[in-house]
Amino acid sequence: MQVAASAVPAFELTRVSKRFGAVQALRDLSLRVEAGCTLALIGPSGCGKSTLLRAMNGLSTPERGEVRFEGRALTAESAPGMRRRMGYVVQSGGLFPHLTAAANVTLLARHVGLAAARVESRLAELSELVRLPRAALERYPCQLSGGQCQRVGLMRALMLDPSVLLLDEPLGALDPMVRAELQVELRELFRGLARTVVMVTHDLAEARFLGRRIVLMRAGEVVQDGSYAELVERPALEFVSDFVRAQRQLHDEEGAP
Amino acid sequence: MRDRARLALALLCAGLAPAAARAQELRVGSKAFTESVILGELTAQLAREQGREVEHVRGLGGTRLLWEALLAGQIDVYPEYTGTLMQEILAGRGVTDLAELRAELAGRGLDLTPPLGFDNTYVLGMRAQRAAELGIERISDLRRFPALSLRFSNEFMQRADGWRALAGRYGLPHEDVRGLEHALAYEAIARGAIDVTDLYATDAKILALGLRSLEDDLGHFPAYRALFVYRRDLAERAPELVAALRGLEGRIDARAMMRANAAVEVGGESEAAAAAGLLARALGIEAEVVERGLAASLWRHTLEHLRMVGLSLLAALLAALPLGVLAARVPRLSQPILGAVGVIQTIPAIALLVLLIRPVSWVTDELGAPQAVVALFLYSLLPIVRNTHAGLRGIAPELRESAIALGLSSRARLWRVELPLASPLILAGIKTAAVINVGFATLGGFIGAGGYGEPIFTGIRLNDYGTILQGALPAAALALAVQGAFDLAERLLVPRGLRLAHVP
Repeated sequence: MQVAASAVPAFELTRVSKRFGAVQALRDLSLRVEAGCTLALIGPSGCGKSTLLRAMNGLSTPERGEVRFEGRALTAESAPGMRRRMGYVVQSGGLFPHLTAAANVTLLARHVGLAAARVESRLAELSELVRLPRAALERYPCQLSGGQCQRVGLMRALMLDPSVLLLDEPLGALDPMVRAELQVELRELFRGLARTVVMVTHDLAEARFLGRRIVLMRAGEVVQDGSYAELVERPALEFVSDFVRAQRQLHDEEGAP
Repeated sequence: MRDRARLALALLCAGLAPAAARAQELRVGSKAFTESVILGELTAQLAREQGREVEHVRGLGGTRLLWEALLAGQIDVYPEYTGTLMQEILAGRGVTDLAELRAELAGRGLDLTPPLGFDNTYVLGMRAQRAAELGIERISDLRRFPALSLRFSNEFMQRADGWRALAGRYGLPHEDVRGLEHALAYEAIARGAIDVTDLYATDAKILALGLRSLEDDLGHFPAYRALFVYRRDLAERAPELVAALRGLEGRIDARAMMRANAAVEVGGESEAAAAAGLLARALGIEAEVVERGLAASLWRHTLEHLRMVGLSLLAALLAALPLGVLAARVPRLSQPILGAVGVIQTIPAIALLVLLIRPVSWVTDELGAPQAVVALFLYSLLPIVRNTHAGLRGIAPELRESAIALGLSSRARLWRVELPLASPLILAGIKTAAVINVGFATLGGFIGAGGYGEPIFTGIRLNDYGTILQGALPAAALALAVQGAFDLAERLLVPRGLRLAHVP
């Protein structure tokens, strides 16, 4: 596996705070994401993991603290340009229903004036990469299955060959069969791309399967940051072992006949 | 501020000007009843005989409207009554005779011709036969019959010199007294369902229904002597017309006017023909009568109607779409914008048309269509602004965010993502505005804007259902056609993916 040689981290968040009314979504949180790292953000609902992800591409603006992307501060001015180097995929795909799958994937490329031939060849490359039949590209999102929508969402995120990929519960809306299949594909994809990946999930097994580094959050703070093995063998708090146990139980029940 | 308003109006009307009819050199106005239209037509025929380009803006809906139009210079002359001038227009100025009236008008740049010879005051009318049976000749005689049923026009019930004052003056004890639409009162009195109603002295119905007017023996009603009011500058621009109108002094008596009114309302003649007859008898002038066939009228009304609807809708699109986008994108502007276009909607159409006369006169001399177009434009704003706003705000947050996260510029997000997604609702708003406009444009008949409103208003005035239908049926057909056209446009303009998404 390749590891990025650069010493500049992909993301560096310093003492970031964000509040939604009475809820403190992020509490003085600092996090460094090395380039090339595959990181899973996990925690119970409302722990702030999605807000943290959204702070990375500026969809959410913290009240305090600083977000740096590849060494430069993410601000209202710098965000639009930086976002083109970050692919972003959400749970339901976020595909534009008025555009065909192909038009969704190539929208930004055409907007920035990429040559038509280059757009076409990239489209072919990507559909092979995510294993989407060419015919599906001419369909509209409402004519695609959930799994196909996620593949198109991935293609759209990867179109301009971004240096990082941000995924917010990318498999959350899929049925278990498709989900398992896509998990395997995603792992291969991440390995092949050798890009920085930050992924939000609420499923520890998925986090373990896809992420080399796992960040467990609670109430806007990072509770533990490390590998799956560290999480299980050296839990920082009782909450961590509780969370691990609850997740395992859930899987055992799901797995029961 | 005023300059800015003027500029905005000028810009708006600049778009309308090329399509607007060429301004005529002289314009005559008339009110929405037969006698006034005949006298207006008579003036137009006189001017035409003298070789003038003249336009008769006929059947305008109400004294206030004509007065405003005359002051604004959008018409040059119209027939009026001394009583209306003294009691209504100049109410409270204490004007009691013609000399004072002239002096009062001179200060406003207006002048009067001498009275034409008839006094179209209010009278009370009964069926001649019934009056003879009871031995009623004068209003005083009504005192002896308190059980009679009296039905008056709504206007007469409310006027300062109307029912209340009349009852006080004569000591009338009647209790069965109510307001009624004038056209219905005629029908009711003819059938014998009511006994007494208010009429004009030259009312054609007096002849047609065999009515008798009761003598105003205490002299309660003020005189409504007919004459022409004109702008003083008309005497310089068309001295021979003013001379001819002044020459009508005392030439038209009540009987002659009543006959001309009856020729139209009962005999089915056109106002133009009746005016020509009156002119021939009064001045010995044979005027040419221009009559239009049904098909030609329909065609002209259709073009006028389409022009009003089309121009107002186009202007509304240019203004309302950006306003809707602004309201959706700048939260602090959303309430002011939606509030303002909502408030416009609450202004009654007739009031808005009257209010617009003066501001629009700064920009164009034409009366009728431009005011109607501006009013329609204003009414079209709400459905388009509101639907644009709702369409944009209603976009699912994850789609809006996907567009941001993708790194599209604000402008690209609007054009490539948000407007296409909102397009079904925006189009629905435009469709609503267009269909409503087709119906609303008929109100243009009220200010002489032409279109399908012209036959509708004429028909209402003459109580002639056939004429009303000549406007109402094509207006309904046009509304359906517009609806159909937009349904078609939806198929072309709403992105296929959205249409598919809504079919289960």
